[in-house]
Amino acid sequence: MIPSTLRMATPLGYAALGGIYSERAGVINLALEGMMLIGAFGYVVGTQTSGSVWIGLLVGVGFGLALALLHAVATITFQAEQIVTGVGINILALGITEYLLPTTEQVGGLPHWKVPFIGSYSFVVYLLPVLMVMSHILLFKTPWGLRLRAAGESTEALAALSLSRTKWQYIGVMLSGILAGTGGCFLASEVHYFTKGMTAGRGYLALAAIIFGNWCPLSGIAACFLFGFATALELANRWNIPEQLLNSLPYILTMIVLAGLVGTSRPPASLGKMQS
Amino acid sequence: MLQCVSPNQETLNIQKMFAALLLNRASQAKHLFVNFIPSLLAIAGFFLFCGLVLQIRGQDPLEFYRIILVSGFASLDEFGYVLFNATPLIFTGLAVAIGYKSGLFNIGCEGQLYIAAFAAAWIGIHLNLPPFLLIPFCIGGAMIAGAGWGAIPGLLKARYGAHEVINTIMMNFIAYAFMNYLVTSVYQEPGQMIPQTQQIHEAARLPRLASLLPVLPQSNPLNVSFLLACGCAICCYVFLTYTRWGYELRLVGNARDAAAYGGINPGTVTIWVMALSGAVAGLAGVAEVMGYRHRFLDNFSSGWGFIGIAVALLGKNNPFGILAAAILFGTLNKVALDIDILLGVPRGLFLAGQGILIIWLVSIEGISRIFNYSQGVKRDD
Repeated sequence: MIPSTLRMATPLGYAALGGIYSERAGVINLALEGMMLIGAFGYVVGTQTSGSVWIGLLVGVGFGLALALLHAVATITFQAEQIVTGVGINILALGITEYLLPTTEQVGGLPHWKVPFIGSYSFVVYLLPVLMVMSHILLFKTPWGLRLRAAGESTEALAALSLSRTKWQYIGVMLSGILAGTGGCFLASEVHYFTKGMTAGRGYLALAAIIFGNWCPLSGIAACFLFGFATALELANRWNIPEQLLNSLPYILTMIVLAGLVGTSRPPASLGKMQS
Repeated sequence: MLQCVSPNQETLNIQKMFAALLLNRASQAKHLFVNFIPSLLAIAGFFLFCGLVLQIRGQDPLEFYRIILVSGFASLDEFGYVLFNATPLIFTGLAVAIGYKSGLFNIGCEGQLYIAAFAAAWIGIHLNLPPFLLIPFCIGGAMIAGAGWGAIPGLLKARYGAHEVINTIMMNFIAYAFMNYLVTSVYQEPGQMIPQTQQIHEAARLPRLASLLPVLPQSNPLNVSFLLACGCAICCYVFLTYTRWGYELRLVGNARDAAAYGGINPGTVTIWVMALSGAVAGLAGVAEVMGYRHRFLDNFSSGWGFIGIAVALLGKNNPFGILAAAILFGTLNKVALDIDILLGVPRGLFLAGQGILIIWLVSIEGISRIFNYSQGVKRDD
């Protein structure tokens, strides 16, 4: 139960963390799905051609970053509709990876670390809680985070300090590309190969986790673990609950939370707003 | 709903609008043409790009261009396939445009069309009626199902302010899971491993156009649902342009506060617009179940709901523009299939191209704005 929860939750956690940076800076990021997919693709292609998982990781993250750059240029510089751009990027990533589909040759996984009492997991898994706490401190306790959040909350405040909203939004979106790409690399490294559309909606699930966690790293990643647990339950399935019900539980919960029926969910005030 | 505006005022406004339309007709036509130039450029650029990719990969780009020219339009049979591919995209494009005109993003067409397709299949299997009753029943049932699925995000937006984009995405996944459950556990065709229902009654099937037009070969899958799509586009145009509801819908999209001041309840409009959008998206499911496959197959849609966004964008949210854009995308899909078979080029190339086209189309305004600023020219709108 715990191993499969961790394996399900980790890629979600990276993507969600990335999405939080982007959305806190005021850019809606529907492209998480595409960034994860191309990250997984980059990992497999990079590892196959170089033989080193580290180069694979670098290529995967680089590809995620490249898509993020495209999203940033379109939505920030050209003020394109953020939602439609995100959908476009997802279709683009699906198309590219289908066209250049790598061979089914298996690739090595990222190194596993053995930790007493916990078990043996990829180092990416252990890195997630560290990044989570770091992101929380960075976003909510430092001037750097304050400025990034100001880009998503109050454009006027940024302007009053003569800071560029464009710069902070670029930073947010690029970070989301790096993190979502890492999530994709982890996904591919655990199954050792790439298949067409292998992210299977995880990017959108990460988006749900962000909303569920109220755009905060700590609760956002907690939501990822909850969703990962739901998926693990589905795999174990001892109680004869229809797997599809467990499958759609995260989405139903997110809708309830978003409607404000349980708890509150408040997006950044200038989320999705264009620069005037 | 428009009690606050006196009837005289309303007719006056309409007269003004018509006068403006008549006076500006020439300049508007020019404006429309100028509007379409970037799209045409984008498509030309896309084909050039494809040729380049093939050249790099060591394949003959000229052969590729020949296939493009031949594959969609060489014969009536080929063109029939193009129109068949375009049919679901016309519906989803219209559905997206209806929402967009009212300031709503319906990213949930995919879920709505699945729910509607299942409703059509269920009625087609369980009711045994003559065709003139069963076909309207199936279509109506599907539209109601799609409308219901679409209305939920609308209701959540109107009542609780929850963003419709997130909710429609969530409901896509809920629809996938729900359909998968129904088709693997409850309504699976007996004795089959494929996740699909049994066939619908003969009476619920939409006839193929080949049986009406002898010029088309019998194998051509083009069916009456294409005519339904054309009719739907005309209805949408009339509805959006000439009816009070269409006016309310556009007013809420353009000036929400003014609409509220004029006595329109934007919340109510949001709910019925999402329902209407869902109903139209549902017709894409009808086209699949009643026109082509005659049963519900799990995961039958290849991203029609999402491509519908591109269709609506390219067609500038105008029903006739959408018709043209959907036929263009139908051609692209047909070409993609042909180059996959004839040249061994995976269809992903065209999917990637469609993604780039979407990003280009939403960026073009910003790109031209920046270009115009740097030239010191003021954009005239």
